[in-house]
Amino acid sequence: MGRSGDLPRGLLDRYRVRPESCPDDTGCPILHVDMDAFYASVELRERPELREHPVVVAGEGARGVVTSANYVARRYGVRSAMPAGQARRLCPNAVFLPPNFAAYREVSAGVQAVFAELTPLVEPLSLDEAFLDVAGALRRLRSTPAAIGQWIRRTVAERFEINCSVGVAPTKFLAKLGSGLAKPDGMIVVPRGSELAFLHPLPVSALWGVGKRTAEQLRELGLETVADVAAVPLARLRRSIGNANAESLHALANGHDDRAVTPDAPEKSLGAEETFETDQHDRDLLNRELLRLAERTAAALRSRNLYGRTVSIKVRYADFRTITRSRTLPVATNLAREVYATASALLEEQVAPGAVRLIGVRVEQLTADAEFAEQLLLGGPDRGWKEAEDAADEARARFGSAAVRPATLLGGASPRQAGTTHGTSGHREGRSVEQ
Amino acid sequence: MKIRVERDGLADAVAWVARSLPSRPPVPVLGGVLLDAGGTDAGGETALTISGFDYEVSATVSVPATIADGGRALVSGRLLADITKALPAQPVEISIESSRASITCGSAKFSLPTMPVEDYPALPAMPDRAGELAGEVFGEAVAQVAVAAGKDDTLPMLTGVRVEINGEKVTMIATDRFRLAMRELTWKPDESINNAEETAVLVPARTLAEAAKSLGSAGKTVELSLASGDGLLGVSGTGRQTTTRLLDAEFPPVRQLLPSEHSAAAILSVATLSDAIKRVSLVAERGTQVRMEFAESVLKLSAGGDDEGSAEEELECSFTGEPLTIAFNPQYLIDGLGALHTDRAELSFTTPSRPALLKPVGEDGEVQAGYLYLLMPVRLPG
Repeated sequence: MGRSGDLPRGLLDRYRVRPESCPDDTGCPILHVDMDAFYASVELRERPELREHPVVVAGEGARGVVTSANYVARRYGVRSAMPAGQARRLCPNAVFLPPNFAAYREVSAGVQAVFAELTPLVEPLSLDEAFLDVAGALRRLRSTPAAIGQWIRRTVAERFEINCSVGVAPTKFLAKLGSGLAKPDGMIVVPRGSELAFLHPLPVSALWGVGKRTAEQLRELGLETVADVAAVPLARLRRSIGNANAESLHALANGHDDRAVTPDAPEKSLGAEETFETDQHDRDLLNRELLRLAERTAAALRSRNLYGRTVSIKVRYADFRTITRSRTLPVATNLAREVYATASALLEEQVAPGAVRLIGVRVEQLTADAEFAEQLLLGGPDRGWKEAEDAADEARARFGSAAVRPATLLGGASPRQAGTTHGTSGHREGRSVEQ
Repeated sequence: MKIRVERDGLADAVAWVARSLPSRPPVPVLGGVLLDAGGTDAGGETALTISGFDYEVSATVSVPATIADGGRALVSGRLLADITKALPAQPVEISIESSRASITCGSAKFSLPTMPVEDYPALPAMPDRAGELAGEVFGEAVAQVAVAAGKDDTLPMLTGVRVEINGEKVTMIATDRFRLAMRELTWKPDESINNAEETAVLVPARTLAEAAKSLGSAGKTVELSLASGDGLLGVSGTGRQTTTRLLDAEFPPVRQLLPSEHSAAAILSVATLSDAIKRVSLVAERGTQVRMEFAESVLKLSAGGDDEGSAEEELECSFTGEPLTIAFNPQYLIDGLGALHTDRAELSFTTPSRPALLKPVGEDGEVQAGYLYLLMPVRLPG
């Protein structure tokens, strides 16, 4: 991903898979599959005439960031997570497109289905990348890991008009490094036995967990390459970058990585957050934003058949000071109404006034539907908010996300688009249906 | 101030007062105990009065003391409690000189800083006496009811015990919306209140339970004092007085929610059922349910599932009505069973999604009036 472009590619030729040659893939059951410029590639399916142009997918507004850029745009220096304004300066003639997550999710689900044809051991990392463990599938498919990798690349390109890069290796870390170095539209095999030969010439930034700061600290110790890190005594590394970090880096640098591919790592928390166009003081506006985020979070819980017990809010002030506050409910919920009530109480009681740049809602301590039994309330209605929100979900599924919203959130502009304050609204719990 | 006092009486008194102090006082003086030498105790003997107050709860107790020199002083309650608890069993001398308190007991000697008495809030006056009742009755009743009170401060009206006084009849109710406990008892109201209209107050459950635990001992009498206009309840007995601020919140109308009839009922041994619930709920992760399948003469308890492991156990029970499967939060059931204070219990139902009632069953096999514990079931998935 991001930093892989800095890695020395000349060293890699012997690991690259070509039509005429393929490194030995025996004992390399782990595949890391990564879509190339995923969001931009999905957009280009609809706009093939832009293929040779720089295309950038970025959030709208003054604080939008680049979420994806095609390889033409990358030649101008445009990178993911860069402010959209900077991307515009670097590449003024690029076509800027707003993200369309629904489309990305749809393609992603299709790609996941391709993986599922091969093995149940699929660990998605995000919409556009996943680990696969094909050890068990080799005999059934009478194939080899590299052949499976090529089949995935071909199939994804045919079915979805999207290129992907694949790393094939004995461990997850090396597979992920491989796919990053194979980009774009390539494949790398790190043969068993060649792990260290592959790894050691790479710069320290190739190691998982090494960002700018750690890289600097390592450089101060005179450690430039992975080989340097592998050779330094662990005790010395510990003193300089801390125990936990030192141990994991040392293990990775020596090719040790025993993490298994775990399918469906259960989600630990779900949430939504919003960065305002301009900093906001107004509590009513912040409350309305919490309601909107609570709606989104609760709908995400329901769509995954999850319930959560702890509600937390995150507030980032204009000076980037960030606080989170949480409260555990007596019983788990997936109702926007309860998530909002708790979030709003937390804002009221535990967040000092000030200019707010970002606000977020998160639900933690998740349990699955099947295990969840609803503790009934004394005097509670036989049918209540749960049924109301289920019905709202159904209406949204049929008529679109704007079909049912709390009355407070009606009236058009949401705060992030408008950046202005609205009048206070009295009725927070009402819902209305517009069609 | 210069006094001499017995070590045991002093240690008990200080420990009791210090227990009601806030653990993290908003201002230092509220973490102090006030020592007042110069008054007399109930018997007219000279006494040392020890008090604590945090604007919500006050506690006052007197211990007999020989007073050479009267006066008042404020010292850290936590520290004084730790010190007096550790002192040897010999008379204790306390003297205050220029903002330091010195405590001498045998060969041990302590010197503590004092805090300015002028900064300490005035203790609330004890409200007018309303009546009295036996200590063990009060202690039991409060414990039986407070167990169902809410702990969630965002719903303040549910963190209290509603105490209703109607002549000789006292009713205590608490609910956290998942269960509800109600106890009725008779007491000896004073003349002033005997013919008065019904009074109802909402008392913070935690402080009421504390007061009941320390004052509601067997063989003693507990007096209740009430000034609902000032929002204050006083509880006193065995030389100790405590006041607590009433909750200024509306208790929900819950009586209408009590089921008036049932279609099935089981009589079970409290100890056997509690033990079995504790066993099977070992596989029920926090907050999940135990299932109870009632059929004629047999109750099957089960919990858990394929992932976390499962458990089941069958118990004898006498059951009347249609067979029924119902599920509960195990802790709520155990709380209720423990609050009955009888060997056997009656559990009665209408449907698996309506409230169930737990009532004490006496030696004679009859359901006893005066206490009920209602609990809401857990709706089973699917």
